[in-house]
Amino acid sequence: MSYLIGEGMTGGYGGADILHDCTIAAEKGEIAVIVGPNGAGKSTAMKAIFGMLKIHTGKVMLDGEEITALSPQARVGKGMAFVPQTNNVFPSMSVEENLEMGAFLRRDDINTTMEQVYELFPILKTKRKQNAGELSGGQRQQVAVGRALMTQPKLLMLDEPTAGVSPIVMDELFDRIIEVARSGISILMVEQNARQALNIADKGYVLVQGANRYTDTGEALLNDPEVRKSFLGG
Amino acid sequence: MKGIFRHVFFFGIMVGLIVLVGQMQSWNLALSILNLCLISSIMALGVNMQWGYAGLFNVGVMGFAALGGLAAMLISMPPVHEALAVGGKGVFFGLLILVATIAVCVFLYRKIAFPPLRMLLVIVVSIVGYFLLRSVLDPATVAIEKVNPAATGYLGGFGLPIILSWPVGGILAGAAAWLVGKITLGLRTDYLAIATLGISEIIVAVLKHEDWLTRGVKNVTGLPRPVPYEVNLQKADWFLELAARFGMDPVTFSSIFVKLCYGLLFAVVLLIVLYLSEKALRSPWGRMMRAIRDNEVSASAMGKNIKARHLQVFILGSIVVGIAGAMLTTLDGQLTPTAYQPLRFTFLIWVMVIVGGSGNNWGAVLGGFVIWFFWIEAEPLGLWLMDVLTSGLDTDSALRLHLLESAAHMRLMTMGLILLLTLRFSPRGLLPERR
Amino acid sequence: MEDFLNAFALISNFVLVPAIAYGSQLALGALGVTLVFAILRFSNFAHGDTMAFGTMVTILVTWWFQSMGISLGPLPTALLALPFGIAACAAFLLISDRLVYRFYRQQRADPVIYLIASVGLMFVTNGFVRFIIGPDDQRFADGERFIIRAREFKQMTGMAEGITIKVSQGITVVTMIIVVAALFWFLNKTRAGKSMRAYSDNEDLALLSGINPDRVVAITWILAAALATIAGTLYGLDKSYKPFTYFQLLLPIFAAAIVGGLGNPLGAIAGGFVIAFSEIFVTYAYKKFASYALPEEWATGGLLQLLSTDYKFAVSFMILLLVLLFKPTGIFRGTGV
Repeated sequence: MSYLIGEGMTGGYGGADILHDCTIAAEKGEIAVIVGPNGAGKSTAMKAIFGMLKIHTGKVMLDGEEITALSPQARVGKGMAFVPQTNNVFPSMSVEENLEMGAFLRRDDINTTMEQVYELFPILKTKRKQNAGELSGGQRQQVAVGRALMTQPKLLMLDEPTAGVSPIVMDELFDRIIEVARSGISILMVEQNARQALNIADKGYVLVQGANRYTDTGEALLNDPEVRKSFLGG
Repeated sequence: MKGIFRHVFFFGIMVGLIVLVGQMQSWNLALSILNLCLISSIMALGVNMQWGYAGLFNVGVMGFAALGGLAAMLISMPPVHEALAVGGKGVFFGLLILVATIAVCVFLYRKIAFPPLRMLLVIVVSIVGYFLLRSVLDPATVAIEKVNPAATGYLGGFGLPIILSWPVGGILAGAAAWLVGKITLGLRTDYLAIATLGISEIIVAVLKHEDWLTRGVKNVTGLPRPVPYEVNLQKADWFLELAARFGMDPVTFSSIFVKLCYGLLFAVVLLIVLYLSEKALRSPWGRMMRAIRDNEVSASAMGKNIKARHLQVFILGSIVVGIAGAMLTTLDGQLTPTAYQPLRFTFLIWVMVIVGGSGNNWGAVLGGFVIWFFWIEAEPLGLWLMDVLTSGLDTDSALRLHLLESAAHMRLMTMGLILLLTLRFSPRGLLPERR
Repeated sequence: MEDFLNAFALISNFVLVPAIAYGSQLALGALGVTLVFAILRFSNFAHGDTMAFGTMVTILVTWWFQSMGISLGPLPTALLALPFGIAACAAFLLISDRLVYRFYRQQRADPVIYLIASVGLMFVTNGFVRFIIGPDDQRFADGERFIIRAREFKQMTGMAEGITIKVSQGITVVTMIIVVAALFWFLNKTRAGKSMRAYSDNEDLALLSGINPDRVVAITWILAAALATIAGTLYGLDKSYKPFTYFQLLLPIFAAAIVGGLGNPLGAIAGGFVIAFSEIFVTYAYKKFASYALPEEWATGGLLQLLSTDYKFAVSFMILLLVLLFKPTGIFRGTGV
C-alpha cells in the first residue's frame, strides 16, 4: 500500500464539486507529479489531501492511518509539509527566522536540520540574515521549500514550485527536489511545466476536470502519444 | 414576522410608546421627544447611506452635524454692523488669501512635474500664505471680539430665514466630506474612520475657540425661529379661540402648538429624504452601490470606479447629516459648541443605524426613534433603578451617593453594550435589509 | 553668544524637554495600536480608553499604597502600582477579546466589523471608567517633583534662562527606553515574539507552521495592555488624569502609528516623536525666544505663536492627512494600505 493515498476524493468549495472520484498516491522516497490543463483541479486535489478542502466522499490515508478528518495543522504534526504556490515565506523575517518558524512545533535541537537545508540550498546560508521578502523569486522558493523541510516531514507537498522562475532556476530546483526524495522523503507536487516535471517523476497523474485521465510512470506518460498530443504539445 | 408587517409592528410600538409618554408624563415632553426622534432619524438616514449602502465607517458624524449648526447660526442671526465695520474687511481678505493660497498650491502641484521642487514650492507657498492670512485675520478678529463682548463680539450672520440654513448646512458638511473623502477613500477603511474622527474634533474645536465667528463657549442664543413664538400666540385672537375650542390652557397649548409646528417641518424633511433615499436605493445607482459593498473585487473587475462611487455616497450621507445638524440647532434656538459630544452625536447615531437595520432606510428611521426614545427615558429609568438597588443602603452612605451620581455614565455603557450585542446577535438589526 | 545660549535654554525648556516626554508617551501608545493592527488587522479605537482603564487601576492601587504609607521615596508610588494596573488591564483585554473579538475572528469577519466593535467597546470602557473613578481630574503623583529646577539651573550657569526637568519627564524617557528595548528583544529574540511576527507577516503560513493563533492573539493583548497602561500612567504623571483626555489622545496616537506605518513597531516610535515635536513646535509662542535670537529692532508685539494650543489636535490631523496623501504606507513601510 502507498505511503500516502487520497482515494476516490470527491468534493469542492461549497456548491458544485470540483474533484470527481480522484485518486492520488505517493510512495516512500518517490516523486509523484500531478499535471493537467488549467482548471483541471490540480491544486484542489492537493488541498484536499492536505485538509484545506472538505471532501464528502473518499478518504486520505497516511502511512496506513486514516487522516481524512484532521485539520491541516494536525497533518503537519503527522509529518506532512505543504509549500503553497504564493505567499509561501515570511517576507519581513530573515531567511534564518523563516527556517526557525518552519520548525516551530519542534522542541529538539534544530541546528542539524538547518545545516542540512543550507547544504541543500547553499545560497540560503550566505543570505541567512537577509529578509526573505528581499530575495529573488527562485531564492524565495528555496526558502519556502527549506521552511517546509524544517519540520522533518515524511511527505513534502509542493504546489507549482517553479511558477514564475526562469528555466535555469527551474532545473536547479528540480535537481534539489530529486535530492530531497533520495533522502527518503515522499514528494507530491503540482506542476505547470508538465514535460520537465514528468521527466523527474516516478509517478504521474494527468487530471482533467477533477478526475484521473491517465496514471502511469513519468516515463510512460512522456512516451504515450495520446498524452503527448493532448497535454504536452506534441 | 416578515416584511411590511414587521415594519408596521415596530413603528406601531413606537407610536404607542410616545402616546404613552404623552398620557403618563406630558404631551409637551412627548412632542419634544418626537421632534428629536425625527431629527435623529434623518441623521441616521445619512449615516445609513454611508454605512448601509456603501460600508463606509464615518466616526465624525459629530463634526458634520456641528457644521450644520454653524450654518443655522450664520444664516439666521442678524449681522453685527459695528463688528463688520472694524473687522469685516480683514476677515474677507483673510478668506481671500486662504482661497488664493490653496489655489496656488493646487496649481503648482498639478503643473510642476519634478517632485522635490514641487514639494518645496507647495510648502513655501503654504507657509507664506499662512503668515499672510494670520497677519490680516488676527487684527481683524481681535477687533471684532472687542465689540461689545458681553452681547456680541462676533460678526453675526446674514439675517436670513433660518430654514435656508438647512440646505446650507448640508453644503458645508458635504464640502468637509469631500475633503476627507478625497484623501482617505480608496485606502483602508481604518484611515477613513480615523480621518473623520480627526476632522470632527477639529470642526468642534473651531466652533469652540473662534469667538469672532461663533462667540465660542459664550454661545449664540436666540436664533430666530421658523415657527411662531409662544408669547405672540398667546396674544393672537385666533389662537385663543382655538385653545378654547380644545378646552386647553392657552399657555400649555401654545407650547404644544409650537412643537407641533416644528414636528411638521421636520416630518416633511424626513419624508423627502426618506423618499429620495428609497428611490436612490432602488435605482441602478443603489444596486451598483450595494454590489460594490458586497464584493469590491468583482465590482472593480466589472469596471466600476469604486473610489468615485464611495466619494459620492460619502458626500451625500454627510449632506444629510449636515441638514439634520442645522435642524437640530434650529430647534434648540441656540448654538452651543460645548454640546457637541462624540457620544451624543457620533456614537448614538451609529447605534441607531446598527440597531435599526443597516442598509434599510426604514430601519434607520426606526433606529432613530427607538434609540432616542430610550436615550431620553433611560435617565429617569436609570436613576430610579439605582435608587431601588441602593435602597438597602443608608441614605447618605458614600457608596449609594457615588452610585446615584454615576448613574449618568451608565448610559454610555448601556449604549456600548446595545451596539455590541446587536452587532453580535442580530447584525441585521430590527428591520433587516431586503435582499 | 549669551543670547544664543539663553535662546537655546528657552527652547529646550519649553519645547525640547516637553516634546521628548510627550513623544515617548505617544510612542508607547502608538506601539500598542500598531501591535494590535499587525496581528488582528484592525485599528483599535478602544486603545485610548484602554489606557484610561489601565491608568485608573494604577491610580486606585497608588492611593491604596499611599494610604498604607508605602512609597518609593523620591520616585512616584505609581511606579510600584504599575504592575497591578498592567495585570488588571491585561485581564480586561483578554476578557473583552473572549467576549467580543474572538467571535468575529472565527467568522473571519470584515475588518470594519472589528472597527465598529472596538468603537462599541470604547464606549463601554469609557462608561465603566467614569463610573468607577468619575469624569474629573485626578491627582496621584507624589515623591520629588523636579530633577532640576529653572532657578537652580540659572544659579549653576549664571544664565538668564533656566531649564526645568520634571521627575515625571525623566521617568517617562527612561521607562520608554526600557520598554522599547524589552519589546524589541521580545519580538526579535524569543520564540513567542518571532511567532507574533510570523503571524503578522503571513497568517496562513504561520498556521501551516503550527503556530497557535489563539496564543499569538493573547500575547498581543497582554503586550497592548502593558503598553497602554504604561503610556497612560506616564501621561497621567506628567500632565493629569482625566478620562476624556485619553479619548482625545486617540487622534495623535493613531496619527503617530500611521505616520510611522501601521503595523511597524519602529515606525510607531518615530511617528510618536514626529507628532509630539510638530505639535509642540507649532503651538509654542516664540515671542521670548525671538527677543534672544533676533536683533532687537525686529521685535514684534505678537506672541509669535504659529497655532493656538486649542488646535494642537489639528497638527496631528494635518500630518496624518499629508502622510495619507503622499505616502499612505508611512515613513517606514507598514502592513496596511
